[in-house]
Amino acid sequence: MDDLLREFIEETNESLDVVDVELVKFEQEPNNAQILDNIFRLVHTIKGTCGFLGLPRLESLAHAAETLMGKFRDGAPVTEESVSIILKSLDRIKEIMSELEATESEPAGSDEDLIDHLDRLAGIGKYAGQGGVAAAPAAEDAVAESPAQEESAAGDSAQEEQPAEVYQVLERELKEGEVSLDDLERAFREADGPDGFDVEANAKQAAEEAVAAAAAQKRSGAKPVAKKETPKPQAKKEPEAKAAADKETKSVANQSIRVNVETLEHLMTMVSELVLTRNQLLEIVRRHEDSEFKVPLQRLSNVTVELQEGVMKTRMQPIGNAWQKLPRIVRDLANDLGKQIDLVMVGQDTELDRQVLELIKDPLTHMVRNSADHGLEMPDERVAMGKPAKGTVKLSAYHEGGHIIIDIEDDGRGLNTEKIKEKILKNELATEAELEKMTEQQINKFIFAAGFSTAEKVTNVSGRGVGMDVVRNNIEVIGGSVDLKSTAGKGSVFSIKIPLTLAIVSSLLVEASGDRFAIPQLSVVELVRVQNNSEHKIERIKDTPVLRLRNKLLPLIHLSNLLGIEEKRDEELELDDNGFIVVMQVGPQIFGVVVDAVFHTEEIVVKPMASMLRHLTLFSGNTILGDGSVIMILDPNGVAQAFGSHVGTDMSQEVEEQEKASLPEEENNKVSLLIFRAGSAEPKAVPLSLVTRLEEFEISKIEYSNGRDMVQYRGNLMPLVQVNDFVQRRTEGSQPMLVFSDAGRSMGLVVDEIVDIVDEHLDIEVSSEMPGILGTAVIKGKATEIIDVGHFLPQAFEDWFHRKELDEEALVKKLLFVDDSSFFRNMLGPVLKAAGYQVTICSSAKDGLAVLERDPGYEIIVSDIEMPEMTGFEFCEAVRRNPAIRDIPIIALSSLCTPQAIERGRQAGFNDYVAKFDRPGLIASLKEQNVELGVAA
Amino acid sequence: MNDHTAKDLDDENLDATIQYVTIYISDQLFGLPISRVHDVFVPESMTRVPLSRPEVAGVLNLRGRIVTAIDMRRRLGLKPLQDVENLMAIGIEFKEESYGLIIDSVGEVLDLSESSKEAVPSNLDPRWAEIAAGVHRLDNNLMVILDVDRVLGDMVEKINVAA
Repeated sequence: MDDLLREFIEETNESLDVVDVELVKFEQEPNNAQILDNIFRLVHTIKGTCGFLGLPRLESLAHAAETLMGKFRDGAPVTEESVSIILKSLDRIKEIMSELEATESEPAGSDEDLIDHLDRLAGIGKYAGQGGVAAAPAAEDAVAESPAQEESAAGDSAQEEQPAEVYQVLERELKEGEVSLDDLERAFREADGPDGFDVEANAKQAAEEAVAAAAAQKRSGAKPVAKKETPKPQAKKEPEAKAAADKETKSVANQSIRVNVETLEHLMTMVSELVLTRNQLLEIVRRHEDSEFKVPLQRLSNVTVELQEGVMKTRMQPIGNAWQKLPRIVRDLANDLGKQIDLVMVGQDTELDRQVLELIKDPLTHMVRNSADHGLEMPDERVAMGKPAKGTVKLSAYHEGGHIIIDIEDDGRGLNTEKIKEKILKNELATEAELEKMTEQQINKFIFAAGFSTAEKVTNVSGRGVGMDVVRNNIEVIGGSVDLKSTAGKGSVFSIKIPLTLAIVSSLLVEASGDRFAIPQLSVVELVRVQNNSEHKIERIKDTPVLRLRNKLLPLIHLSNLLGIEEKRDEELELDDNGFIVVMQVGPQIFGVVVDAVFHTEEIVVKPMASMLRHLTLFSGNTILGDGSVIMILDPNGVAQAFGSHVGTDMSQEVEEQEKASLPEEENNKVSLLIFRAGSAEPKAVPLSLVTRLEEFEISKIEYSNGRDMVQYRGNLMPLVQVNDFVQRRTEGSQPMLVFSDAGRSMGLVVDEIVDIVDEHLDIEVSSEMPGILGTAVIKGKATEIIDVGHFLPQAFEDWFHRKELDEEALVKKLLFVDDSSFFRNMLGPVLKAAGYQVTICSSAKDGLAVLERDPGYEIIVSDIEMPEMTGFEFCEAVRRNPAIRDIPIIALSSLCTPQAIERGRQAGFNDYVAKFDRPGLIASLKEQNVELGVAA
Repeated sequence: MNDHTAKDLDDENLDATIQYVTIYISDQLFGLPISRVHDVFVPESMTRVPLSRPEVAGVLNLRGRIVTAIDMRRRLGLKPLQDVENLMAIGIEFKEESYGLIIDSVGEVLDLSESSKEAVPSNLDPRWAEIAAGVHRLDNNLMVILDVDRVLGDMVEKINVAA
């Protein structure tokens, strides 16, 4: 594209945006001559440039608009109609401009409709003399009709369209006199617009226009020297003003240039790399105390810092740029909706990275629309509520600790929590019970949930399918967060918190279990030093660590646990050691992450992670540190998610759940137990996972047959077994029982009462000689008998463990069972024996290896995974290493049945991986291994 | 692997030779087509990546690029090497990302005729079979050809399936 044309398009688009804003302002303050002057200048510049480039359509339209505005300046009343038509004309100009940009030529078409309308309002052309301001000079008319007319009389205003002449004048005049800004101002004041029709007055006006144009250039920023359209020939007559214009043009041109954004981006990338390299060099020099590189490197470092700041600065733009279109949007909206809206903007000069600016433009626009459409009431409603008829939408931006906060505030009706509730229920985003527990603010936040829009009818303003969830996503993508506060009847405030820049993130470096991690500063609220005897100590509710922080309870998690780096078996010790708590905030959620050490903050350049690691939601990227090592960057949003999305309901419980989710290894020894009573007041317990279901049967349904009690259960007869003879058989009502099922058979264990289900560490302290009882453990502070289900199953079906399919493998196979937990040794030992194996039980992997050493003749091994000293994985690998026993199939038995664990087991060489308590699964797996063995042998 | 141009070529011309970089993983000789090998380097100051797949040994900085290191012993289901001092790594580009395959040691470069390549034995451990592209009989050794795309591709796929 022609350079001139491109420049024209860029510049004109900028000017048009400004005119949009200014016009809306002007409509509100029709008497502000300064605003009018501004607009007039801009439109005039556009018109002049068009003439020069040979764009008649644009020119005539701009001219007609200019003429009408000239009337305003002469004192014609500023009506909504006239402003609207000027805005419409500007829209048309924009349309033509975009066409021009695409095709490099003006599109065909006519703007007669608009020009006609403009002329009518201005009272010129064929409307001369009718209404408007009766000041339609023939000369101006001539301009409108034949803008490109050759220069004739010096006073002819048409002359201002003469480019060639202009150019020369400009060149020559450049060398001339000096005119101060004051003079320029005076020129403005003197040239008060045409009050007569004579040549001189016209010339005066033209001179003023020349100045105006020059000023406009100054406003619009960069502009190379070769100005074609600006100062007009009239300058000859008003050398003073013209010289001023020249000077302006020159100085502005020298001060700024246009630079392609890509160039800046590239520069930024290179500077980022430079920073990293500098950091590396510094680290090397630090290791060699008296290096001769030290001094020059220090200089290099300083230069790099300045360079980085400089380049960052080029990318910074005032946030006002993102707001530019808003006044117009709000005005149109007000007209469409019949509302009166005042848009107040505070802090337009707040600067932020242009990349961020681009990304928040749309969310911001959407939120302002929302506030105007949903937030503000109709004028009569407002008056009825005792509010001013005119509603206010206030946008404010300010810096706060390396971030920018943007508030969108309206004084409307506030959010309709009831309606939001309905919508939540309708869309099944939460249940009624959950809503009950929530505060109003929590409910209101659901408007950020996916697929949510409370607008009852779809207006062209909002409700076009993009809701606040899109807004939230857009903001979160750039590492920001959004929050809202709403007061019914008073209005609502949306707060957006975004980082200043994306390319370089200020991060806090921390250590957990010997590894370093980076936490973006954006989400770090404060650091708390934990010491056993200081006021900040970690307390716990059950096993959930919390911290009292200024009268609030802060849920805590250790970073090592969160990341599953290390098993913190004795968490108590670990946490009570001196450590640091990084208090983080993500949206409304505040939590503490315990780390072992805190280093410094560092400006890091985020690099995306490899696709193989991208599924890890806890990390947002990685980067290279000064010492050349790679560090993982924690994603605060991911961490918050790990903490759970509902906050404030029951924090301690939540944290506990989260910890459970993230730390399955901590739950090793915890077992879900079903507690019941049978025959005595002492509680009895059985691992819940062994129980198929809990049932109550009507007494009348219990039948007596073949010497035992039975019930019809799911089309089969189910024998009932009593835990002991003391169980009270009820005579009426229903009888509770535990149903155990296996391979299509079921057994009912009759009990007195089902008490509770608890998660407890199972540690059988007193083992039992009594059949049917494994031993006694302390559960919920009470001595509880643990029932041996294996004892009761054969009572129901004598052949429970000796069924046909098992009998086929009649040979007694030697099985090695390794488990550190006495409970499992006690419980599974008999089960395995009953399954037809000759079982050797070992309480540790070491013992197991020793046994195998002595007698490699075992045909199958069943091993626990989580064991002290030597884990099941290591045990398995050790077995696989020993040629004498490497072919023995090994089944892993673990309470930790995550896909990762199973994968890990597969790698270690386990043949199968079975969940503890999954007895049928274990038996099936044993059978399978046998079959495989058979085939292999 | 259609994107493996060298291989396509060889299918047509069985007498063509391919240069292989030979590596050792737990005493087993493997060969990598030299066209896929970008670097041979000593992995230093590796950063662990918590919660990642066990085969991912970590990430490290290789001349300003972040490289994801894959522990080939784990990938092949072997026990990790005790002596972690003398590890080597092969730098590979896969789908425009940098990976480093951590191995025991690097051997030499061999010119091998495609005609002497044999199929993977059917009774090979499936974990090995899925990433082997064939076997070459050398004078005193067998060299398994490592299919880089499958070594890495399968891992990425599994993650995607899991996620």
